[in-house]
Parts: sequence; C-alpha cells; structure tokens
Amino acid sequence: MTLHIIPEQLAMLHQHAEEGFPHEVVGILAGSREDWSVTEVVPLTNERADSAHNRYKVSGLLLMRAEQELESRGLEVVGYYHSHPDHPSQYSDYDRDHALPNMSYVIVSVMSGRAATTQSWRLTDDRSRMDEEELHSL
Amino acid sequence: MSVSVMIPTALRSYAEGNASITCSGSTVGEALASLTEQHPGLAKHLRTADGKLRSFVNVYLGEEDIRYMDGEATPVAEGATLTIVPSIAGGAR
Repeated sequence: MTLHIIPEQLAMLHQHAEEGFPHEVVGILAGSREDWSVTEVVPLTNERADSAHNRYKVSGLLLMRAEQELESRGLEVVGYYHSHPDHPSQYSDYDRDHALPNMSYVIVSVMSGRAATTQSWRLTDDRSRMDEEELHSL
Repeated sequence: MSVSVMIPTALRSYAEGNASITCSGSTVGEALASLTEQHPGLAKHLRTADGKLRSFVNVYLGEEDIRYMDGEATPVAEGATLTIVPSIAGGAR
C-alpha cells in the first residue's frame, strides 16, 4: 500500500509538528480511501497535557465530530498523524497498542524543533506489528 | 432485544463492510457479544486478551458513554442504537 499526500499538505503537517515541539501534535489525514490519498490535514488538540512530550490522545466524541465535519464535505478519513519530538519516526509499542486497523499512521520525527524523517505505518490484522508503507508526495 | 450497533470506518472490513449491524441482547455486553459472534474478526480490535474493552474503544448508548452508566451491564431497550466510537492515542515512548 502507498499513501499519497499532496506536498502542500505534507508541508502543513511538518509545520504543525514543528510549531508544537517539544510536545507531540496530532491530526487527521483526510481525502479518499479509494486511492488512499490525503488532500487535507486537520490539526487536532492533544488532550494529554499531563505528558504531551511523549503521548497524545484525542477523545472519541471530539474525533467523531471532526470526522463528521469532514464527511459532510465529501472527505474520508484515511488515517492520522502525530509527531515524535526528539525521537525517531519508528512506531512505539504504545502506538501499536492503540492503533486502529485499516488506517495509515504517519509519524514525523522532530529533532531539535525541525521536522526530520516522516514514515507511514499500518497495523497488521493480528495487531502484532505495524508495517511501513510507502509515503508518496508528488 | 434487537439493537443496532454502529461500526466505525476502521472496523467495517471486519463486518463485511457494514456501517450498522443488528444484534440481540438485553445489555450492552450481550449486544457486543452478539456482534462478535456474527463477526469474529472484530473481537481482537474491540477487546484485549483478557476480554476487556480496549482503552480506545468507547461505546455510546444513544448519546451516553456507557462508562458513565453501568458499563457493559447497562440495559438496552428494543430498537436501541449502540455506537462504537474510537478515540486515538499513541506516543513515542
């Protein structure tokens, strides 16, 4: 599987991650599930104020309202993104434990305040790991 | 009791693509058991190995989070709607 994201939106995602540093930021990847493309990134508020440097959370109702607003505009949720401040863009066990299937999880590593590597991951059916998928931005 | 359970986008492929499944049961727990009997592939994403609902799985009866009612023992009426609402969480370490 390849996740396609238009360059302007990838730049916005990186900007969000850098502005949020040293905290983790989170948002929705919206677009089309048919061709697995992202045409809009939607920043959300990280509710984990208690441990925002290494955790993120968005509660169900807030997420549902954001997703309903996107769906009302004909967009589908393709996945979610979050940042890893001063940490690689490899998923953590905690990420895997909390991941939903059939969604792309883009992780951007932000080193000393600058977006470094960006990778996209998909949870396997048996939840044992996340496989990297190609991230295409052209 | 016949109860509708709304399935979020991420899990629909384990429910033959359906957004809503008709289940039976007199409590939330029974309705969810009916759901996973019909669609066993959903179980591992809804529950941990010890059978608890995963922390990111929220279940609403109408507009109410069952955590603030009687959890899975919450009674459901004929024709009620249960909605599975995932939250998202994660983090570096």
